[in-house]
This record gives sequence, C-alpha cells and structure tokens, in this order.
Amino acid sequence: MKLKGADILMHCLQREGVEVVFGYPGGAVLPIYDALYDSPIKHILVRHEQGAVHAADGYARASGKVGVCLATSGPGATNLVTGIATANMDSVPLVCLTGQVASTLIGKDAFQEADITGISLPITKHGYQVQRTEDVERIIKEAFFVARTNRPGPVLVDLPKDVMAREIDFEANDAEVKIRSYRVMKGVNSGQIIAAAEAINKAQRPVIYAGGGVIASNAAEELRQMAEKCRIPVTTTLMGMGAFPGTSYLSLGMLGMHGTRYANYAIGECDVLIAVGVRFDDRVTGKLETFAPHARVIHIDIDAAEIGKNTAAHIPIVGEAREALQALLPRLKTQLELTEWHQIIAKWKDEFPLRYGSPSEGRIMPQHIVETIYDLTRGDAIITTEVGQNQMWAAQYYFYNEPRSFISSGGLGTMGYGFPAAIGAKLACPEKTVFDIAGDGSIQMNIQELGTAMQYKIPVIICILNNQYLGMVRQWQELFHQGRYSYTDMSHQPDFVKLAEAYGAVGMRVNRTEDVREALQEAMQVTDRPVIIDFWVEREAGVYPMVPPGESILNMLGGDLNE
Amino acid sequence: MSKHIIAVTVENLPGVLTRVTTLIRRRGYNIDSLAVGATEDPSVSRMTVVVEGDDIIIEQVTKQLYKLIDVIKVVDLTKEHLVERELVLIKVKADHNVRPDIVQIVDIFRARIVDIGRTSLIVEATGDKRKIDALEDAFRPFGILELVRTGKVAMVRGTGEDNRRK
Repeated sequence: MKLKGADILMHCLQREGVEVVFGYPGGAVLPIYDALYDSPIKHILVRHEQGAVHAADGYARASGKVGVCLATSGPGATNLVTGIATANMDSVPLVCLTGQVASTLIGKDAFQEADITGISLPITKHGYQVQRTEDVERIIKEAFFVARTNRPGPVLVDLPKDVMAREIDFEANDAEVKIRSYRVMKGVNSGQIIAAAEAINKAQRPVIYAGGGVIASNAAEELRQMAEKCRIPVTTTLMGMGAFPGTSYLSLGMLGMHGTRYANYAIGECDVLIAVGVRFDDRVTGKLETFAPHARVIHIDIDAAEIGKNTAAHIPIVGEAREALQALLPRLKTQLELTEWHQIIAKWKDEFPLRYGSPSEGRIMPQHIVETIYDLTRGDAIITTEVGQNQMWAAQYYFYNEPRSFISSGGLGTMGYGFPAAIGAKLACPEKTVFDIAGDGSIQMNIQELGTAMQYKIPVIICILNNQYLGMVRQWQELFHQGRYSYTDMSHQPDFVKLAEAYGAVGMRVNRTEDVREALQEAMQVTDRPVIIDFWVEREAGVYPMVPPGESILNMLGGDLNE
Repeated sequence: MSKHIIAVTVENLPGVLTRVTTLIRRRGYNIDSLAVGATEDPSVSRMTVVVEGDDIIIEQVTKQLYKLIDVIKVVDLTKEHLVERELVLIKVKADHNVRPDIVQIVDIFRARIVDIGRTSLIVEATGDKRKIDALEDAFRPFGILELVRTGKVAMVRGTGEDNRRK
C-alpha cells in the first residue's frame, strides 16, 4: 500500500489507541494536518501550544493513557517546552509530536527552524528526529512504549516536513517493540521484600509515605490493603494525593512544607518509614538530616536512580510499586501492635488540626471555598490546580479518595497548568465534574484556552481564589523579607466576569461567604461551556502550617491551637 | 573525591554523545576527559568518561546514564585491573642545537617523532596518564607550541582469574 509519512503517523496513532490529539497547526505540520483531516482521531485546536501540552498532560494524568500533543516547528515547538518539563518532573507519559523544516533545510537556520530535539533533551525521557519515512512506524511505536513503561515520561518526536510528505510502500508491522538498551522492569528482589516485611512486622511506629509512583503504577488498592491490614498511618506527597483515601482514619494528609503537623510529627517519630513511589523531594523533606531521623527507611521505586539520590535507604526495593506491594502483602502480620502509636497520632490530630480564621467584610476565606467544593461533590470530582497558595489549599482542604482525582504540577510548579489540564481531564473523564482551583495570577497565564473550551463545549469550572496578589510569593515576602511586597501586587486585573462573557462563557463574582455554595451549585449545572467564578478571597490569607525553607519539617509555623 | 573511569557502551546513533554529556552537565558532575569511538560492532560506540566524585556521586552518574534509552551498558572500571592509554601529540620548539636532547627524551619515553619542521618537531606518544604528564614536563623547558591529548581509553585485562583489585 502506498502511504505518505503523515498517513503512516495517523495509522500508528490509531494503533496506539489515541483518541484525541491537542495541537496547533503551522507550515511545517501541514502534511500532518492534511492527514488528520481524514482521520477518526479527534483534534482539539488550542489557542497556544502550551495549552496543548498541558491539556495532553491533564488527559494523561486523568486517564492513565499516553497524552499526545502536536505543534509546528520553531515557535510552535518551543512553546511546548514548559509543558514538556512539567510532564518530565511529574513522570507523565506524553508523546509530543513536533513539525520540523524539511530535512534538506535542517541546520540552515530556515524559517521557523528550531533544534527542538536538542532543546528538549534534558527535559524528556527520550527524543527522536525521524530521518526517513521508513522509520516513522518503528519510532512512533517506540515513543509510546518508552513514554508509558517503567518510570513514565514525555517523549518528543520531531517530524521533518518532507519525511511526512513522502510516499512509500507501507506494510504495517505489528511486532512488539524491542529496544536492546531498554527493558521493562519486571519483578522485585524477594530478599529485599523479606527484609522489608521483617522490618514492618517489628515496627512500633511505622508510617507509609506514598507518592505519585503509587498512582502511576495503579497500586492504590494494594497500598490501601497494606495500610488497613497492618493499621499503618499513611501520609502522601502532593503528587500522591488520592493514592490513599483522604477520609480514612489512617490518613495523615499531606506531609512536608505545607503538610499537616501530625504528618510531619509522625515522620519525626516513626521507627520504620515505608516510602513508596516517592523521591524525597526537598519540599517534602525539608532539612534532610532531620527527616525521619529514627527510622529504618524502606524505599520502593521503579527508578533505581531515585534510590539514594537524596537520602540513603536501609532497604531499597527497585521495582514497580504495585508488584512490590503485592509481594509484601502476604508477608505482613495483620494488625500490628500499634495502639500506642495511634494514640499519639490521635492526640496530634486533636491538638493541631488544619484551621483558618475568618474573613474581613467583602472577602471569603479561600479554604472555605475548597471545603465547599468537597462538600458539594463528596470528593467525586477531578480537581486541577494552578501553582501557589491555590494549589496548597486545594491539597489541604479537600479529601482525595481516588487516584487521578487531583491533578497538579508538583515538581516544576508551573503556573498556568491547571486550566488546560482541566480541559484534558474533562475530555478523558466526561462524566466527572472538573474544577480548576486557580489563583488570579496563574489563571492569566493560559486564560486564552477559554476559546478552546468554548469551541468544544468543555464545561470545566474555574474557581479563581482572587486575592489580587501573587499570593505565595507575597506570603514568603511577608515571612522572610520583612513584608517588602516587591512586585507581587497584581491588583490591576481584568474583570474576570466580563472576560468570561466576552468568550461566551459563564462568569460569576462572589465576595460573601454565604453565596459560595449557591454559586458553585449553579456552576455545576452548566454543561456546555466553561464557568469562571471570581471569588474575592481574604487578601493576605496564608498557607499554614508552613516549614521555612531548608529547615526541619518539625519546625512549623502556624496551625498550633496554643499559639 | 577520586577519579573514576566509566566505560559507557551506547547505540551508535546521532545525538547520543550530546545525551551523555548533557546528562553529566545537567546533574552537575564534572568530566575530566571523554573519548568516543567505534567498537568491533559498528552499531555500538564506546565512550570512556573520566569523572571525579565520591562513591555516591559515581553511583548516581552510573544510574542516571543507565536511564538514557540509548545507553546499553555502564561500567565503572576503576576497581578493575586495567590497561589504560592516552595518546598525545606535542609540537615542541626544536632549533638545531636542542634537537639531539629532544630525540633523547623521545627515545627514553618510547615516543615517536612524526613530523619534522624547520623550527619544530611533532612528537607522538601513548601511555597512561602519568607517562604523558611526565613527557609533557620533560618538553616544557624547550617550549611547547601546541599540545593535544585524546583523553583516556581503558579496557579490563583478560579474564580467567580474579580480576577485581583487592
């Protein structure tokens, strides 16, 4: 069969089960768009390529499938960079397709030429530039395979225009991918499993510290079984929200810089730390020397390079979280003797609950808004966030009971992520209500995607926690820079209600606590377009408790009822 | 901190060298020398990287390199019995009156003169790092006009007995 490179590409995407591609056309991708025109694959036309890659990322996180985005050469490709780095830091499987100038022009500084394979090299799991039409099939297959296996991540495939336009004799090859230098991780070391089980069975003050790896390997069920079987308290990282039911009596909530006091104290006192699918990030550990100082550390991760990268593990287990937990489960004693430990934790929970004050006139406490969203949805929604205070409040005041219900840029901390990610998540899970909990700063970074959401009738609800500040930076300036609010006041902003309406979306403004619930209920009734609710929140509300950067996670500011 | 010789076997594909060097730079490690070349298998290249670091750093370098898709094998050769060699070309100032002295040094070091100019000679030598350093020192008084070193390449000695350094 005679096929063009671009047709082969479509064939390959379909074979991978791709249902939707987020993209933006341009000169170098004309042959690909021409092939898309006849393809059953749905294409979502974004308003900026950054929106495309974040939407593909949100789609991937919500569905567990590989997200796909498409951009043209040069500026189209470079506009993907922030989104690729975001996905790379959070181990999200993406295939990013970029157009490239014709191979005869590569290296000649041609119009809209950029070395995107070079630029993206340190922020991708792998990358390809396809040199021959004959290689399209193999490379696309490999790209999907690499993106989704082992520790997932973004893979970039650069497609020169002539390679896509050229016609060749094509016969589909359904053979499995074989890369001699890349093997899919299988099994775990049974000796290490036995050692870990022994340590856990002897523990008196164990804690599970669970992260994004639990969600990526679909191990939430195994984790829950283990925690409940042994009655071990569980704290999750930001990336691990939903890996363990937030409403469980064993849940300690989030740990780290803005974690709960009881989670951090439990880390400080634990004798065995079971770290699953985590990387001991600085926002979690604070000062490393004082993180879990009394604990034997069991570290389960699929990426061998994570073991010992930030801190040494006593019992390292390299492997998929799910396989490791399955192997561990039958070796664990039911219901360890942990009554005393549970009593200590219960006391901390009583003494140091998450709490917040009351607002001034014409303002709402942002935490209350998040709590109300939880209350109305009973946790059965997908929450995406932007980055900053909005993100932390969304993590603290909502109980995530299911994996893939909390979608946020954890590692890179990308402002402008939440809204396009919400669009992707809604397309992946149309039956779910999707909220983007946003700040007034972040939302302005990718607000143009209102056009996309309108065009495809995607009803996501943007809740702007509007304090007219870049709130998290302002908070740090308040605490660590003597209140010198250097360029964090953003009080000049558009009228978000009118802005929404200009796009044809629904806009609402709420500045009284008693109106919060009704506004949210109204927004949840809208099924054919996005909604912006501009919540006027207490301007200088802070995220507490908080560990000052570089300090021990036991030294927390705020959240102490005795203060 | 000590120097480690790491042999990295990679797919012979465009961009692989960049991947390896970018990774080492991005993680903040320092390359002392790097030599790349083909192997007996034309689809495979071998890099010999000399990196300085303590055991923890070297373990990280090794693991991170392994994560690169095009990397087939990573071996820290430092603890093995090795043959290590480096090649150097030195253009040394050589007026007629000093030429005999230079030739004598070349003989002692079992180096070779590969080019004779009117006022200079090019000397080629191979050996381990110490020998090359010593040769460089010996020529310095005459005036070194140009010098180029390949960087170290290394190979584990033949097997059949316990190869690990005790």
